[in-house]
Amino acid sequence: MQGLPILRLAAATIVLTVITSVLMLIPDWNGEQASTAAADIDRLLDVAIVLSSFVFWIVMVPLFYAIYRWRAKPGDEGDGEPIHGNTRLEIIWTVIPTVIVLGLAGYSWVVLDDIEASEPGAIPITVTGQQFAWSFTYPEQNVQADELHVVEDRQVEVTMRALDVLHSFWVPEWRIKRDAVPGAPGASIDDDFVVTPDRAGEFSLVCTELCGLGHTTMRAPVVVHETRAEFDRWISEQDPIPSDQPEPAGSPAS
Amino acid sequence: MTSALTSPGWWRGLFYFLIGAGFGFGLVIALRAISGLDLYQTEPTGYPHIVVPAITGPLGFLIGIGCFDYWFRWCAGAPTIPDDHADHGAKTWKDYFKVNTDHKVIGIQYIVTTFFFFFAGGFLAMLMRAELAQPGTQIVDPGVFNGLFSTHAALMIFVFVIPVFAGIANYVLPLMIGAPDMAFPRLNALSFWMLPIAGALFLASYFVPGGAFDAGWTGYAPLSTGAPLGQSFFNLGVQFAGASSVATALNFLVTIITMRAPGMTIWRMPLLVWANLSTSLLVVAATPFIAGVQFMVLFDRVLHTNFFQAAFGGDVISYQHIFWFYSHPAVYIMMLPGFGIISEVISTHARKPIFGYRLMALALLGIVILSYTVWAHHMFVAGMFEWLRVPMMITTLLIAVPTGIKIFSWLGTLFEAKIHLKSTAMLFSLAFIVTFTIGGISGVMLGMIPIDIHVSDTYFVVAHIHFVLFGGSVFTIFAGIYHWFPKMTGRMYDERLGRIHFWGTLVGTWGTFVPMHWIGMEGMPRRVADYAAEFGNWNLMITVSAFILGAVQLVFLYNMIVSWRYGPKAGPNPWRAKTIEWQVSSPPPIFNFDEIPRVVGGPYEFGVPGARHAIMAGEEAEVKRPEPSRAGIGAPS
Repeated sequence: MQGLPILRLAAATIVLTVITSVLMLIPDWNGEQASTAAADIDRLLDVAIVLSSFVFWIVMVPLFYAIYRWRAKPGDEGDGEPIHGNTRLEIIWTVIPTVIVLGLAGYSWVVLDDIEASEPGAIPITVTGQQFAWSFTYPEQNVQADELHVVEDRQVEVTMRALDVLHSFWVPEWRIKRDAVPGAPGASIDDDFVVTPDRAGEFSLVCTELCGLGHTTMRAPVVVHETRAEFDRWISEQDPIPSDQPEPAGSPAS
Repeated sequence: MTSALTSPGWWRGLFYFLIGAGFGFGLVIALRAISGLDLYQTEPTGYPHIVVPAITGPLGFLIGIGCFDYWFRWCAGAPTIPDDHADHGAKTWKDYFKVNTDHKVIGIQYIVTTFFFFFAGGFLAMLMRAELAQPGTQIVDPGVFNGLFSTHAALMIFVFVIPVFAGIANYVLPLMIGAPDMAFPRLNALSFWMLPIAGALFLASYFVPGGAFDAGWTGYAPLSTGAPLGQSFFNLGVQFAGASSVATALNFLVTIITMRAPGMTIWRMPLLVWANLSTSLLVVAATPFIAGVQFMVLFDRVLHTNFFQAAFGGDVISYQHIFWFYSHPAVYIMMLPGFGIISEVISTHARKPIFGYRLMALALLGIVILSYTVWAHHMFVAGMFEWLRVPMMITTLLIAVPTGIKIFSWLGTLFEAKIHLKSTAMLFSLAFIVTFTIGGISGVMLGMIPIDIHVSDTYFVVAHIHFVLFGGSVFTIFAGIYHWFPKMTGRMYDERLGRIHFWGTLVGTWGTFVPMHWIGMEGMPRRVADYAAEFGNWNLMITVSAFILGAVQLVFLYNMIVSWRYGPKAGPNPWRAKTIEWQVSSPPPIFNFDEIPRVVGGPYEFGVPGARHAIMAGEEAEVKRPEPSRAGIGAPS
């Protein structure tokens, strides 16, 4: 492969990677951040974007260079160089991607542990999905509502319940999603997760698992209060959990 | 008239269909009458008097059209009619509508049938995009919309992408390995005829009470176990498509293992053969899982078993495990044959040996093994055992390594090459590398659990699947169709129309599926008929691009039909390729070879002086290079 401008190709790859990375890091792809998990996940996404830009250009630069440089002249019926392979190159492009993806896996694992870490004093809430509405019970406060209210900077420990089919809990600004699965108490369903909202305001809970005719409109308001006092005031205005209501399968994780 | 009803064919097929359906209907009614039940059970999930005939009717059709005649005679010990090969080869177009045992006829039957379903599924996509062009409900209500995306995906996956690869390989693979036909020609015919039944069942669901199945192509329980009658048609359609797949895969395995021409060692097999070997290994072991799980859903619906009924101790999440244990390997079932096509096209049009051929073959096998170990990455937020997530993430990301090997090896093949861009097949192959790289990148992102938690079940996933399935698989399908069109028809397609189709498809694909990434990350869930107004502009752009993408496929259809009839003669080897299928006439003679060729070298020995892949009958002594045919290489330059 004499005459291959390796340095210039490498430079082009790096320059294009830098430009693409910078451009791709400008938009807030995932939108507003409103939980402690959001910043972690978005940072992971940024790392993935930079590495992806590199992977993209390390494929595209050689591809377009080859098409530019070795395009057959009109009327040229000859063959290319009979090169069958290059063991060193093949080892390189096996090992380097392995290292990259294992690095991404390791970092993802760290982020996963971070966003799933429990904090003391979390507020337990049971979220119940039912065609086509959400309901929320606050076992500690003995209150039930059809809006999700939480407190800024206070972790909530959510337990998912489904009464009919699968539903899925998603607040995009929190970056957190989990399916609600119908099941008997104690079934091997991982039904609880934690999230710590860190921005007061109003958001929307979106059902993201196809659940039938009303799936499109199955949403619920989410309110993050600035203070615990505001939250308590709202709690005091809600109805208590009806005593005759069958406890949704399984008691909330405590 | 009696002879029409006693000899194989459409009349007997229709007649036996009616007998089969009538038998099924009568059986249900009789059993219910004996049991003292209402004759007609019309719970939405029930309708046994329709579900059972939907099984027995198609089986009757298969018997009637003649798929089993030889076997039945054999089983009964009756004297078999000596095979005069009357059902081999096609003399007129009518022969394509009969049970035929010729792999070339079956290949074309497969391709034409699957493209019919491609256009049907595409039409459903156009309706969906029309509804989604603006926020609000304009054209279809949410119930119909759920049916549209479910049937769109079922048609595209089960009766287009998976079987069209089987069709291309059916035509090309026996020629490539120097075999006169597939190992089991009658089984091959049966495999094909089960396919239109699967597609017909999917489409028929539009005409039953409750409308088309609408629980998504994933058919998650318990939405699917409680869905109206149409869902049973999905359950059954998958059985026919799956049985067709498994039978074909067995056929490919036996053909590849036992019928290669003398001298074709495994390291001399073209990569398309390697790819279909790998794919078939996936199909035979994975497909029974989806067949099983769809039967479990059907039994829950009709027989009141409780596989997935949580209230009666069923386990809802196990549906997803079994489903994805097939459906993730299925992603590679839909991609590996495409990898094979790309290797053939790039090597031929770059006039170079495939770079790192052995590692390319081993990468395919690596993907086969890894792809059985990643299924639960579809379930990171499903509430499954949490300890299963991280191992599945690691295997998921590792599968990028053999995939990367393939991409880099194609790049290596292009270096120091003589790249010809005249063929539309080559354009699609190069564009495939670009789009599939993007699909691979978004796949790695989806494999990272924290990112997946956010974008799971959003338009980001829709974008990813279409980048790998449309920008990936379908691009390779187009590359394959254009590449072997001259071999299959003996005629050349119009490269100018091919280029219009290519550029329109490329622009349409990017315009449609790139913005889907963005709106998904921003918060638009998938499988919704309506969405927040903030996504309106992007959705309008997606719809316009999708219409371009849809319209330009009509150019392809026109090009194929007109060129098949009127295209200039192609000659045996318009691309000057080395593999065996190009060393016989176009289309090849019945039984392919007068004498089985002898393989003496690798399949891609471009530029190696004096190297040959195979020596054909009659050219034993003089190893003279055949006169390269110029016909149809493209527009005059």
